[in-house]
Amino acid sequence: MKNVLVYVEHADGAARRASLECIGAARAAGATVVCALTGPGAGGAAAGLGAHGASKAVCLTGAERFSPDALAKDLAAVAREHGAKAFLAAASITGRDLAARVAAHLDSALFTDCTGFAAEGDGFRVTRPWLAGKVIAQCTSSAPVFCATTRVNAFAAASGDGAVELSEKPASTDGKAVVVALAAKEGGVLDVKEAPVVVSGGRGLKGPEGFAMLEELAAAFGQAAVGASRAVVDAGWRPHAEQVGQTGKVVSPALYIAVGISGAIQHLAGMKTSGTIVAINKDREAPIFKLADYGIVGDAFEVVPELTKAVRALKAQG
Amino acid sequence: MKIIACIKRVPTTDAQARIAPDGRSLDTSAFQYMTSFYDEIAVEQAIQTKEAAGGEVTVLTLGPAAATKEVRECIAKGADAGIILADSDWALRDCRATAKVLAAKISELGADIVFAGKMATDLDNSAVGQMVATLLDWACVADVTAITIADGKGTAKRETEDGVETVEFALPAVITCNKGLNEPRYAGLKGIMAAKKKPLDETAFEAVANQVEVSSLDLPPPRAAGRIVGAGAAAVPALIDALRNEAQVL
Repeated sequence: MKNVLVYVEHADGAARRASLECIGAARAAGATVVCALTGPGAGGAAAGLGAHGASKAVCLTGAERFSPDALAKDLAAVAREHGAKAFLAAASITGRDLAARVAAHLDSALFTDCTGFAAEGDGFRVTRPWLAGKVIAQCTSSAPVFCATTRVNAFAAASGDGAVELSEKPASTDGKAVVVALAAKEGGVLDVKEAPVVVSGGRGLKGPEGFAMLEELAAAFGQAAVGASRAVVDAGWRPHAEQVGQTGKVVSPALYIAVGISGAIQHLAGMKTSGTIVAINKDREAPIFKLADYGIVGDAFEVVPELTKAVRALKAQG
Repeated sequence: MKIIACIKRVPTTDAQARIAPDGRSLDTSAFQYMTSFYDEIAVEQAIQTKEAAGGEVTVLTLGPAAATKEVRECIAKGADAGIILADSDWALRDCRATAKVLAAKISELGADIVFAGKMATDLDNSAVGQMVATLLDWACVADVTAITIADGKGTAKRETEDGVETVEFALPAVITCNKGLNEPRYAGLKGIMAAKKKPLDETAFEAVANQVEVSSLDLPPPRAAGRIVGAGAAAVPALIDALRNEAQVL
C-alpha cells in the first residue's frame, strides 16, 4: 500500500476535524496514513489518531515557536523518510501555507482545496475547483510526491482500530519567519470555512447594525458562523475574514442562508457547493433564488427575527 | 530597497466559464482580463514600501505579450519597471513551473523583498509565493494584512482560523498579500503618461515543463431546482418544515 503523509492540526489535545477529514481522504484512496504533528499537545492528539485511520504518527518536538519554513522542511524530511507517495494537509490557512512549501521542497506541484482524491495507477487523481468553483478540474501529476490540500467539509473522517505507532523527531529551530504572538479569537467563534451552518448578509441589511440579527440567528443554530458579501466587506461593515466569494472564502457548509444578498457571480462561486441553500431577499428576481433550494421573498428585518425564534424553539425541544 | 511585485493576468471575476471542445481546457474567447485582485494589493504594498524606504519597484509577471496592459497599469501607479516572462501558455502553467521560473528571475535580478498576491483568482493555488521563497531559501509570510519593515527585518500580521498571528521575519523575504493590507490606488494621468517612458521588457526564459496534467474539465453539476416557500415572516414555518423534513439539516 502507498504511504501518505498527512499534516495534522490540533487544538485542546485533539486533532482538528479538517485534519481528520484529510486522513479520511487518504484512507478512502487506499493509502496507509502516516501523520505529522507539532506544537504543545501534539503527543496527546497523536495518540488518538489510530481511531481515525492513522497507522503512524510522528511528533516534531522541541520547537518553542511556530515557523512555517522550518516546519515545512521537517515535513518534507518525514515524507522522504517514510517513502510517502503523497503529502496532504487540510486546506486551512495553515495547511495551504505549509503544503506549498513542502511541495517546493519535494519538487512537486500542489493541488489546492481538492474536493476529490483517488488512487490512480502508481499515483493519484484529484478533483479540484478552478475560478472559485466555476469549473471543476480532474488532474493527475508526474510529481515524485503528490501534494494536495483537502477542502474542509468535503471528505468524511475515517475510523480505525485505534492502534497508532508513535514516534518523535526533533523539530528544526532555524526558521526564517517565526510566529511570535497569537491574538486568539473569542472562544466559540467559528470560521466560515469550518462552520456547518453559515448565515451570510449582503447590502440588503442596509448597514453594519443589520448584522446583529444575523449573529442572533447564528447563535440560535449553535455551530454557525456569520458570513458577508463582497459589497458589505468593501463598505467596511464586516471584516474580510467573513467574506464569502471568489475574492473571499469558498465555503461548503451543510446549510447556507443568504440574507439580503442578490447573488453576484463572484459570490455564488464561493457558496454554491453548500449542502442546502436558503435565500431571503426582497427582490423576487434576485439571481440568488436561481441557486437556492428554498427561498422566502420578503423583508429580511421581518423574516430573520421570526426564523431565529423558530430555530430557538426547535433547539429548545432538543 | 530593491522591491519586486509579482502579478498575474487572470480572467475578470465576472467571467462566465465555458469548456472548450477538447473537454480539458477553458474556452477563453469571451474572457476579459485583469491583474489578479490580490496582486493589486501586492503592487500597492510595493509602492508604499518604496515611498517609505526609498528604492525601486519592478513588476514581474509570467504571462502573454498582452499582459503589457496589466504591467503598464501597475507602472502607472508608481512602479519603476516591468518585466514580462513571455509564456503564451501562462494560464495553465502549474504552480511549481511558475515558481521555478519566477525564482530564477528574482535570483538574477536580486531583491530585498518580493510582494505577491496571496492567490491568483484563476487556478486558485495560493502556492507560488511560498514556493518561490522556498526555492530561494528566503523567509516568507503568507496572507499578510499588516506589515512593518525596519533594519533588515520585518513584522507582519496574518489572520488564521485561530486568530491574528504576529510573525517576525528576516529579509530577503516573499510576502503574500491579503485584503485589508492596504487600499490599492488608481493610476493618475501623470502616472499613465510617465509609465509610457519607463522600461517594460519582454524576455524569454528557460521553460519548465508542467507536472500537472488536466484530464478533464467540467462545469459544476447544476443544483436541482429550488422553490420559493412563501413571502414574508409568514413563510418561516414552511421553511422550517422544509429544512427539517426534506433537507434534514435541522
